[in-house]
Amino acid sequence: MIQADLNNVLPEVLLAVFAMLALMGGVYTTKDKSAPVILWATSLVFVLLAAWIGVNGEGTNAAFGGAFVDDGFSRFAKVTILLSAAAILLLSQDFMTRQGLLRFEYPILVALSVVGMMMMVSAGDLMALYMGLELQSLALYVVASLRRDSVKSTEAGLKYFVLGALSSGMLLYGSSLVYGYAGTTLFTGIFSTVNAGDISLGLLFGLVFVVSGLAFKVSAAPFHMWTPDVYEGSPTPITAFFATAPKVAAMGLFARVVHDAFGGAVADWSQIVAFLSVVSMFLGAIAAIGQRDIKRLMAYSSIAHMGFALMGLAAGTAEGVQAMLIYMAIYVTMNIGTFAFILSMEKDGQPVTDIDALQNYSKKEPLRALAMLVLMFSLAGIPPLVGFFGKFYVLKAAVDANMAWLAVAGVIASVIGAFYYLRIIYYMYFGEERDALNGSMPMVNWLLLVGSAAVMVLGVINLFGIEGLAMAAAGALVN
Amino acid sequence: MDNLLSVITFMPLVAALILALFLRGDDEASQRNAKWLALIATSVTFLLSIFVYTGFDASNTGFQFVEERDWLMGLQYKMGVDGISVTFVLLTTFLMPIVIASCWDVKSRVKDYMIAFLLLETLMLGVFCALDLILFYLFFEAGLIPMFLIIGIWGGVNRIYASFKFFLYTLLGSVLMLVAMIAMYMDAGTTDIPTLLTHTFASETFSVAGVTVVGGLQTLMFLAFFASFAVKMPMWPVHTWLPDAHVQAPTAGSVVLAAILLKMGGYGFLRFSLPMFPVGAEVLGIYVLWLSAIAIIYTSLVALAQSDMKKLIAYSSVAHMGYVTMGIFAANQQGVDGAIFQMISHGFISGALFLCVGVIYDRMHTREIDAYGGLVNRMPAYALIFMFFTMANVGLPGTSGFVGEFLTLMGVFQVNTWVAMFATTGVILSAAYGLWLYRRVVMGDLIKESLKSITDMTTRERAIFAPLVFMTILLGVYPALVLDLIGPSVEALVSNYDTALLDSGVTTAVAGH
Repeated sequence: MIQADLNNVLPEVLLAVFAMLALMGGVYTTKDKSAPVILWATSLVFVLLAAWIGVNGEGTNAAFGGAFVDDGFSRFAKVTILLSAAAILLLSQDFMTRQGLLRFEYPILVALSVVGMMMMVSAGDLMALYMGLELQSLALYVVASLRRDSVKSTEAGLKYFVLGALSSGMLLYGSSLVYGYAGTTLFTGIFSTVNAGDISLGLLFGLVFVVSGLAFKVSAAPFHMWTPDVYEGSPTPITAFFATAPKVAAMGLFARVVHDAFGGAVADWSQIVAFLSVVSMFLGAIAAIGQRDIKRLMAYSSIAHMGFALMGLAAGTAEGVQAMLIYMAIYVTMNIGTFAFILSMEKDGQPVTDIDALQNYSKKEPLRALAMLVLMFSLAGIPPLVGFFGKFYVLKAAVDANMAWLAVAGVIASVIGAFYYLRIIYYMYFGEERDALNGSMPMVNWLLLVGSAAVMVLGVINLFGIEGLAMAAAGALVN
Repeated sequence: MDNLLSVITFMPLVAALILALFLRGDDEASQRNAKWLALIATSVTFLLSIFVYTGFDASNTGFQFVEERDWLMGLQYKMGVDGISVTFVLLTTFLMPIVIASCWDVKSRVKDYMIAFLLLETLMLGVFCALDLILFYLFFEAGLIPMFLIIGIWGGVNRIYASFKFFLYTLLGSVLMLVAMIAMYMDAGTTDIPTLLTHTFASETFSVAGVTVVGGLQTLMFLAFFASFAVKMPMWPVHTWLPDAHVQAPTAGSVVLAAILLKMGGYGFLRFSLPMFPVGAEVLGIYVLWLSAIAIIYTSLVALAQSDMKKLIAYSSVAHMGYVTMGIFAANQQGVDGAIFQMISHGFISGALFLCVGVIYDRMHTREIDAYGGLVNRMPAYALIFMFFTMANVGLPGTSGFVGEFLTLMGVFQVNTWVAMFATTGVILSAAYGLWLYRRVVMGDLIKESLKSITDMTTRERAIFAPLVFMTILLGVYPALVLDLIGPSVEALVSNYDTALLDSGVTTAVAGH
């Protein structure tokens, strides 16, 4: 029995063991000098695990009495998380080295948070959910304040921690209510309680608190306040990490809770999620217009994108979950490329985050500017770039679920949002003549930037087949 | 060749890729190579499209040269042309080499400029060939990207405002169409345009939030599509992006915008609004007719007041597009025939007029009418050509402009005499602003010092105008060339429209108008 259980959590266990070994290695050997090695090794382990999970995983297996579920859905999310985390680690090496931030703890903390994320998307029990979430969050709080001597970075870490603790509190409170009224912490148990009869008021209360806590983690408005400050204050590679893997994990967890535990009460949560979705899309689109700092801008952009992903979830159907998964995969790919670009925004060795500094960039670096142009149009959701298809899937899911109003609101928000993406293009391509940025770009970052832009263009052919994978994943979650 | 349409559509894209990947440097030689490659690619595209013309069977009202491949989520990559779209394909392929030749003197970022236009050609051809809703949307929207860059990078002083306005305005129009498309997909279970053309969408009257919607779902969808195509067209009162975009765009950009991009709106009306939502079109058609009449008179008057040549021609374009929407929503053979003919003819004439402005702009770097006068003394050939196209724009019999206006007016006269009467005043007004512009720019004595040394058109410029003059006269004296091509398809369109209305029983309800 325990053998089978352990087999199911083997990837998580291996990653945790690797993190411990790396920690020991770092402590007992050369400390920060070994950081690049650990960083590359961690990336490699991520990629290997992703390949292993992607190739080997099969069917739905529950471990530890249902507390841990290994199914198509969790595998899709895990592969996305692992690959994006690997990409971000590789992106960050050069920047962290030059900023003197490449401590050996950094990749290890990232690895630990990834273990938490894998746990989150596999959670089949409120306890497992909380465990995964906290493991992930605690690691992230620390990396947010990695730059110890910077006020902004410490502020970011502290703010993230305090507000994160608040959201965890709400989540816990909701969980306790759910446990109290359902009599079990197992998702399958809650599912049958909800299905058995009318959902009780207490359970509903619990659901609302849990959803609020989760909305906090995906930074959906009106629980988004921490996002811009944390994004701005953290070192840029950390921001890039925040914008990618944790979002996928939180979204995956969100889908798991609402479908696995509350799948019988779609009508009850769907309206809450739809509300979060509309508010996020509009807030993300409108608030970003006034931003001059590209990291804050990306924070609002991520809020708007989470709104779109939530639109898929609000549909409450398997198609909606499929749309959400595709959206997240595309979103993560776009963000990796975009942050690869942002990392190279430097002038005379100093990082620059003001978008005004991008003026005349296309003359200086035509290829990078072109890649960024593609990514910006893709983020704005203009066809034929892949970003459009992400939007198309969620819109279709919403219309299919008789939520045409949500789709209409979404497209209007996307037009408003297009403005600030266009402004970046405008600075790069038709801004005034001046000294452009002159940051260098290491080979890995260049490859990721150009690669992600190429994916945005070539994906129009068949989205690299993720449609079918996401469909299978959604089918495993929603029955 | 069973994939001829794809070859034609993607030929410019391939050339653009070759330019992007293999052409390095920004010296004179590479600039020349870029231009020649673009010119050759667009010319070859045109030559290939002649095969479509010769192989096209006009008496067959179905889609021809159809190709089909599976794509994402039940969507299809499906291309094909019928009598209506084939004319637009030919118009596009015919005009693009001229457009490329007209920007021979561009000096900044030549390679990028050529890539943008080649990309744009692919996307425009895709719009006219696509037989899948979402594929259509893809091409339709994607066209915004190169046009945004063309206006923004190579445009005039106020280009940033114009490019943003162009992009956001048209994007807002189209996203509502996207939602309607998804709703159509749900309703019909397919995005295949030929199938959708035979599908009847629900038209039972219902009420939304207390408002009674006559024609139900069809009316709502019609409105969503209308929002997109009316902006693209552009119709009064959502035309305000066009003058800005035109004035700021470089000459070649203006030509493409006026001659081809605007036609996407008209094509959309013909492909979607009229045949797919006949009830919606019938319920709202009368408003469209009046909007068109207002557009014709109002924008003609606005054109009279302009001091910028390009802006004047831009407003004149809006007025002429008014005839097109009027003809389309008259929904009878003459009206629709005339609308298509007007679009084709306007493609040649407005393109030529913008080129005319470009010729003197290249010499004097101003578009102010006041800065010119008496050009006939130094530029006789230019005066002649400008004269010819001014007359064609006015609708002089013997030029293609006359046929289109006459047919649309005849079509609308059968539906609503008042609209026809008001619209006809547009003919007089267009003569007023056209001839007045001509007098101020070309006639009189050459008194301005700065114009004393202006030179007449070069051989290249004359060569660019030759095919346009030829086509304008040819279509003017032998309109059957186009009408025979579109006739059967339009006949089928109109008869399907009438049958659908009879089936739904709405005709009697709205006959009171």
